[in-house]
Parts: sequence; C-alpha cells; structure tokens
Amino acid sequence: MISVKGVSKSFGKHTVLSGIDLTVPEKQTYALIGPSGAGKSTLIRTLNALESIDEGEIIVDGVPVHDKKTDLDGLRSRIGFVFQSFNLYPHLTALQNVSLAPRKVSRKPAAAADERSAELLGSLGLDDKLNAYPGQLSGGQQQRVAIARSLAMDPTVMLFDEPTSALDPEMIKEVLDAIRKLADSGMTMVIVTHEMGFAREVCDAVVFMAEGRIVEVAPPDRFFTAPASDRARDFLGKVLNH
Amino acid sequence: MPHFEIVIDTELIRQTWKLFAAGLWVTLQVSFFALLIAVPLGVLLGLGRVSRNRVVRGVCMAYVEFVRGIPLIVLLLWIYFGVGNLLPLGGEKPAAIYTLGLFSAAFVAEIVRSGVQAVPRGQTEAARSSGMTYLQAMRYVVLPQALRTTLPPLAGQFIILIKDSSLVSIISVNDLTLVAKNLVASTAKSMEIYTALAVLYFVLTFVLARLVRLLEKRYAQGGHA
Repeated sequence: MISVKGVSKSFGKHTVLSGIDLTVPEKQTYALIGPSGAGKSTLIRTLNALESIDEGEIIVDGVPVHDKKTDLDGLRSRIGFVFQSFNLYPHLTALQNVSLAPRKVSRKPAAAADERSAELLGSLGLDDKLNAYPGQLSGGQQQRVAIARSLAMDPTVMLFDEPTSALDPEMIKEVLDAIRKLADSGMTMVIVTHEMGFAREVCDAVVFMAEGRIVEVAPPDRFFTAPASDRARDFLGKVLNH
Repeated sequence: MPHFEIVIDTELIRQTWKLFAAGLWVTLQVSFFALLIAVPLGVLLGLGRVSRNRVVRGVCMAYVEFVRGIPLIVLLLWIYFGVGNLLPLGGEKPAAIYTLGLFSAAFVAEIVRSGVQAVPRGQTEAARSSGMTYLQAMRYVVLPQALRTTLPPLAGQFIILIKDSSLVSIISVNDLTLVAKNLVASTAKSMEIYTALAVLYFVLTFVLARLVRLLEKRYAQGGHA
C-alpha cells in the first residue's frame, strides 16, 4: 500500500506539489495523468525518495519513506522503478543489468541470480537477448529489460514514470503488454502515462493532476465518460479529440 | 650565404649513447613511479571532488586548485630544498618522483571528476532505485563507465608527465635533460646534443601517443553506449 498525506514541494519559488493526498491500495494499479508540468513525475519520484519533499508524509509498504531513520536502500530494493529513458547500464549485458542488484544488494550467489534473471527476461520475450548490450537493443526491448531489472528484486510496489514516452509507436504495445501482465498478477503499481486507452483499460483508478494538485481520483470508466471537474473535462477534450 | 651541412657524427654517437640511454632510463623511471602515485591519489581526489560531503569536496578542491596554481619547477624546488630540509625524502630522485606524482595527481583528479560527471544522472538513479548504496552505485555502475572515457586522457596525461619530468634536472636528477646539459658542457657540441635530446623526447612521446590512439580505438569499438 502507498499512502501520501499532505505532501508539498517547491523548487525555489516554484511550487510543484501542493497538499497531495493519495492512497493506492494493495494490488491496485493507479494511473497518474494530467498536462505536462502538473507534477506527475515529481510525485512518483517522491514515492521512492528520488525527490525530497518539503512537507507531509509518504508511507510505502508500511515504511515512512522520507523519515531520516528509514533504511532507504532497503526500502528502495522493494520498490521497482522504471524510467522514461530506461537508464539501462550500457557497459553490462541485458542479463547483467538484471542480475546486478540481486547479486550486490541481496547478495544472491551469481548462478542463482543469473538463472532467475534469465527467467524474467524470458517471460518478457527476451530469451534471445540475454547477452546483448543495451546499445544493441530497440527501445521497446530496452524498456522490457528495465522492467525485468526492477522485478528481479521481487518488489512489492512498481512505479513507472512515463514508460512509453520515449518509444517509437510500434514498440509501445510490447511494453504496455508487459505492464498489463504485471497488473493482472496483482502487483501494486503507479504509472505516469499519456496512454489514455491503456489507463482506461488496465488501471483500477485514474488520478488526474494539474498545477501540482490532485484534481480528481476516479474509476477509469467514470473518469473518461463523465469527469467531475472542468479541468479534467478540458484536458480530456484536448487529448482524446485528435 | 651561410652554408649548412648535415653530417652524422658517428664518433660523437659512439661516445655519448650510453650516457643518453642511462638518462632516458632515469626519465622513464621517474615518470613511471610518479604515475604510480598520481593515478591512485588522483582517482581519490577526483572522487572527493564529486563527494556529497562538503568537507571532503572542499579539501580535494583546495588541493587541486593549490597544486595547479604553482609552476612545477617551483614545486620541485619547494619540496626538494624546503620540505626536504624538514623530512628525509631519500635523495633527489625520490623527491622528484614525489613532486611529479603530487603534481600530476591534481590533473588526474580533474580527468576523473569530468569522467564521473559525464555519466548521466539516470545511471545513479537507476542504481540507487534498486537499493544500491552510494558506494555500490559508484563502484558497479558509475566508475566502470567513467573509466572508459577517462582512459585516453589519462594516457595523455602520462605523456605530459614525461615531458614535465625534464624539469627534474633543476634538482640535479640525472635524467635525459641533465645528461644532455652535461654533455654539452664537456663537448661544446650544443647543436648536436640538444638536437638529439629533442628528437629523443619526440620519439618517446610520439610512440606513446600512437599507443594511446590504438587504445582509444579499441575502447571505441568495445564500447556499447
């Protein structure tokens, strides 16, 4: 479970998050949508403390994320994070990318870590790419390796920050399919996305943000057919009618 | 019109080559051992420059700025005659090695710093997100990538080090340059001797530069960025 209470953050005079309250129940997938600059990426990055917060409290998996006494490394190892730009390690093969953290953080024996990593990559359709370097893979393949890399730590929560925004259109589906499978398996997830169809079909709730605030949280069917706020109606009018 | 003639003075070569070879050996020794000090110290200083700890960052920055702001010849005089007066440095050759090593470390530090800073931020974020500590992220993710980009400039720094080492003759280390100076004093054949000296340095650095180019090529091919 993820619980966000009264979280605010500013960069200098610029407020990026103000008074955010949000609860993501266990085994649910929430989509975070809204216009650019709304604070979606900043919010998801505060959930594993890639960004600090000025005020409020965030609890993930029962642990206060921004408490100074928290074992942040331990907590992060249980939170998977997938970036827009993949951020694979270019000097390591796909397999090594996936097995690095299990070996060095969880101190698994190399053979066991590699075996499990190969399994994960296989389940994402990358059996033949184990020994390929990121530079030799397409964007869609790289993002799937990144997903496998996060899953290798057996996370209880997965966070996706615009996982398909850097992809060519024909590769978006393979990544969304992988995320859909995860959602079906009962993983607790938050996804910042511009893929409205995906949000509607896969997510349990849509969180609509604008100007650093959460404007509306609703089940996808209701949000996309009858949004409660003018702001959301205006946004949907722009993104759905083209 | 003045008339020049190039004559190979085989007699002069026969008389002096052993001395030149001995001087070259000293130059290589001093440069090599200075490098052994400069690289580990420089890597530490370079990492210190990007440390999150302000004190560590400040100390390392002060060292780099201080050393880079002093001419090498002044540093040689200061360490050999100044510091050497208070601490036993073990003679002119060790003093020369320490000085060159400490001096080059400052430049190595800057190379390492820029190499580490050239690794995209997302790499550290990905590593930290998977639960790695700052040191693990450095060791397994950032440094291996930084090393690739720093190896060619580091090799270049070694070439600079060899040229800089000619200054150690000022504290009477019997390197290539001092050998040549002494030969000129005894034979009075300044043009011949100093030409030979220049050619020797050139050949040495040119060969090394070629090796560095090969190294760069190999790394460019092996890289998978």
